[in-house]
This record gives sequence, structure tokens and C-alpha cells, in this order.
Amino acid sequence: MAISVDSNEESRKLSASQGYTFPFLSDAKAEVIRQYGVLHAHAGENGRDIARPAEFLVDATGTIRWVNLTDDVRVRARPENALRVIDELTLASAR
Amino acid sequence: MKRNWNAWLWAGFGLTLVAAFSYMFLFIWFPITRDVPWVTLLLFIAAGWLLAVGLKRAYGQPERYRGKVSGVVLSVLSLAIIGLFCYGTLVLTKDIPASADAPRAGQHAPEFTLPDAGGKPVALSELLKTHKGALLIFYRGYW
Repeated sequence: MAISVDSNEESRKLSASQGYTFPFLSDAKAEVIRQYGVLHAHAGENGRDIARPAEFLVDATGTIRWVNLTDDVRVRARPENALRVIDELTLASAR
Repeated sequence: MKRNWNAWLWAGFGLTLVAAFSYMFLFIWFPITRDVPWVTLLLFIAAGWLLAVGLKRAYGQPERYRGKVSGVVLSVLSLAIIGLFCYGTLVLTKDIPASADAPRAGQHAPEFTLPDAGGKPVALSELLKTHKGALLIFYRGYW
């Protein structure tokens, strides 16, 4: 799931243009973004609070299994990175 | 004798522009050329070499080549563009909070409910009842 301060309309445009099928959640007041400690204060348009790029993998029990906090907004987790982590965790739990 | 146009200088400046704009409009879309902008840096090096050759000609053989003034101007402009690019990629995009308070692996993911793009509320706990897990991707957004 993707989470940002974008409005529903903005997220619909983005996922339609990219053909994404996973959910886009709108956290307009950045409440969940704060809850997860990934707020980037005043970094948006007109000094608006936004999220810094971050990825959390949560398992079925609600436990966080993997966290990726980049130190450069140009460098994000790539889909293949996340899939590899998921594969490794699945294998580890199957043992 | 009419002195020759110093094409090296203009080629070097042109290549500097090409390098900067190709990153912004092309190479930024591919992680392999974005994360470490090696193509852009190679283009900058080639541009610097062209400018250096051009300057050497302008000052070493001023009777044959033009470009004593334009060479300095174009080189300074090119250096400024390269400097801005380096400032942007080495400083500006790394200016993000450390997020020391973010939950770590092994901790429980804070529960939340947020509307999806259709306005339907999605609760993490509800979603995990029917899925093996969830990947939460926080991103800056397009505002």
C-alpha cells in the first residue's frame, strides 16, 4: 500500500497513469505519517508537511519485519528489493 | 589570416547542457542511472575534456583559434551547471530527517485506518486478516 498526503483524486490520477493495482491511502493530515515517525516537516509545497520516502514490511501478525529508510530521496527501495526480502522471510518462516 | 571558430568550446558547453537536461528528463526515470548518476558524470567529464582542449587551443595557438573570452565564459557557465548538479544530487536530495522514532523490525506496526483512492476506509488490522502481509510505502506525493 502506498501512503502519502496526496488527495484521493491525486492518487487516482497517479495509479491510473502508472497502471498500479495496489491501494493508495490518503493521509492528508499526515497523522499516520507522524505515527510511523516518517514526517518530513515543511518539505512540501508552501511548507506543507509530507512523508519522507520509507518502506515497512508488516507480516500477518502485525509485526514489522523489514524497514527501509533511505538517506536520499532519489534512492528508493526497488520492487525487486522488496520482493527479495519477502521471499527470504517466507522461506525462513517455512523452515 | 582569419582565425578558426573554436568548436571544441561550444561542443563542451553543449554537452554540459545535454548532460544536465538528459538527467532531469530521461535518466531520472531509471534507477540504474538515477541512484548513482554515472552516465551524467561521464558526460560531464567528456564536456570538461572538450572545454579543456578548446581552451588550450584558444590560449596556446591564439593566432589560429578564437575563444579566449568565449572559452572562459563557457567554461565558467559549464562549471556552474556541474556545480549545481552536484549540489542537487549530493546535498539537496539527502536533506531528509533521520526518522529515529520510526518503528523498527520486530516491533508491532502501529494500527491505522485511512481512506483509499475511492474514499473507502482501509484498516491495517482488517487487511491483515485476509492477507499474508502488507508493504507500507510512504512517499512524498505530488501534492
